[in-house]
Amino acid sequence: MSVVAELQQLRKTPKGERRKNKDNLPGHLFLLPWTVGLFGITLFPMAASLYLAFTDYNLLQSPEWIGIDNITRMISDDRLHNSLQVTFTYVFIGVPIQLAVSLAIAMLLDRGMRALPFYRSVFYLPSMLGASVAIAVLWRQIFGYSGLINQLLEMVGIEGRGWVSSPDTALATLIILHVWTFGAPMVIFLAGLRQIPDMFYEAASIDGASRFKQFFTITIPLLTPIIFFNLVLQLIGAFQNFTQAFVVSGGTGGPADSTLFYTLYLYQQGFNRFDMGYASAMAWLLVLIISAITVVNFWLSKYWVHYDD
Amino acid sequence: MRSVSNRERGVRATIKHIVMVLASLVMIYPLLWMLVSSLRPNDLIFREPGILLTTLEFSNYVQGWNALSHPFSHFLWNSAIVVFGSILANLVSCSMAAYAFARLDFRFKKPMFALMLLTIMLPVHVVIIPQYILFSNLGWVNTFLPLIVPKMLATDAFFIFLMIQFIRGIPKDLDEAARIDGAGHIRIFLQVILPLMIPALATTTIFTFMWTWNDLFSQLIFLTSPDMYTVPLALSAFIDSTGESNWGGMFAMSIVSILPLFLIFLFGQRFLIKGMATTGIK
Repeated sequence: MSVVAELQQLRKTPKGERRKNKDNLPGHLFLLPWTVGLFGITLFPMAASLYLAFTDYNLLQSPEWIGIDNITRMISDDRLHNSLQVTFTYVFIGVPIQLAVSLAIAMLLDRGMRALPFYRSVFYLPSMLGASVAIAVLWRQIFGYSGLINQLLEMVGIEGRGWVSSPDTALATLIILHVWTFGAPMVIFLAGLRQIPDMFYEAASIDGASRFKQFFTITIPLLTPIIFFNLVLQLIGAFQNFTQAFVVSGGTGGPADSTLFYTLYLYQQGFNRFDMGYASAMAWLLVLIISAITVVNFWLSKYWVHYDD
Repeated sequence: MRSVSNRERGVRATIKHIVMVLASLVMIYPLLWMLVSSLRPNDLIFREPGILLTTLEFSNYVQGWNALSHPFSHFLWNSAIVVFGSILANLVSCSMAAYAFARLDFRFKKPMFALMLLTIMLPVHVVIIPQYILFSNLGWVNTFLPLIVPKMLATDAFFIFLMIQFIRGIPKDLDEAARIDGAGHIRIFLQVILPLMIPALATTTIFTFMWTWNDLFSQLIFLTSPDMYTVPLALSAFIDSTGESNWGGMFAMSIVSILPLFLIFLFGQRFLIKGMATTGIK
């Protein structure tokens, strides 16, 4: 069961009877490292950053309580609004395209394909390497003024442009990079397609349903839990992307802030300017945004995701 | 009933293969081009979109290797320390936690389990600033400790989840049999469950390797001096220091940096794909 399904399951299961003879000690001992981590490395820092969000703190002097000043500053911070816009554009264009491509390729690969392992490897490899600095370096060259794309365009007589150095197209190159790494969701879709019994399709063909119709009446409904799982995780992941924008823009988020991902702006505020209070407030806004989107996703899932229970 | 003639089926399969070959080419071309370009003189990189290898210049590798404050082997070594420390930490701490969640019963199990699932989805950014303050007070900034110690405390909850899934598939009779033979929890964990969990441990090893090897964000924050730089930091310093005048050297070192990932991909693909698939599916 996926993380997503587990969480839904937890909500559904009734409270178990309290058994008195629980053997507490071994369980807590095995969980000791995790428990220390949860409180020391996760919950305590979360509480600390919630406090810092209401302070002015530069690491040198002790934090100074400034109430909601960081929040009002966020409301009037144009760069922050822009970075949100950049991030939302990236996420809400990149993720759906990536999922559509990964599902389409998985469908093509699914049934009785010779050489399937070879193709699967070729499509999966970019998603393994995609998060590395090396690939970001490559992207910066490919979409540069004298890069590979323009060299190829020149062969067919089209005048290129500096894709990464122009504010109109720089973000698009990062979206293309995101789509290029569709291998991970594709592998999950492939596994999901394997689980659909052949007899469903056989029965449908006997009834005279076209392949097109089979896709919409069998494949898609049965795949909805997997589409949902991929959607939730890809959205959460895409909001947090950092490396590609950092490398392609040389750490600036340029040109003209067109690739200033929210995480990159947070990094600049926190670790270039050591404005830790403001960066903490920004971090909490990110958590709220991701949580809100995830909650809405779960709520909407009732209307389109079919669980066979 | 519609019958599809063999010929029609043949045509369809051919079209499918053509589409696949073209798609594969689009996917793999940038990588091949980078590899070939790393073996070309700098001026040719700006002029040659093809991937036919006409030159074999290893000078990019020699020059890129020595272009920074330390030879590139220094950064590879630093990355190796961080990666192997992280792998070991994850294997030990996550398997212990997974055993507790999957096989033991204790107070607060349910809320703890729910918290564990939620931390999988928690953005690192919300804890990184206080963690930075904490580690800088401990004097750990610019050491590898902030990158490894959290993993010793099982903060990579995704792997706990992966292992729980796996342990659930191991028949409980095996634990029972060992218990009847007088084995305690520690022995059951070490001698019954762990050996049977090898595939899940392999998947954890591979994913930890990949994610840590590529993890620019945390390494950028915690490692400040070139002496401590890992591969991602070295590569991004490279692009800063030489600008765009030295694609040859940069491509060469980029190839060096993705070589370990590529090898893991070749040899560990089975575990990767299995691991990916089982986390997404009931």
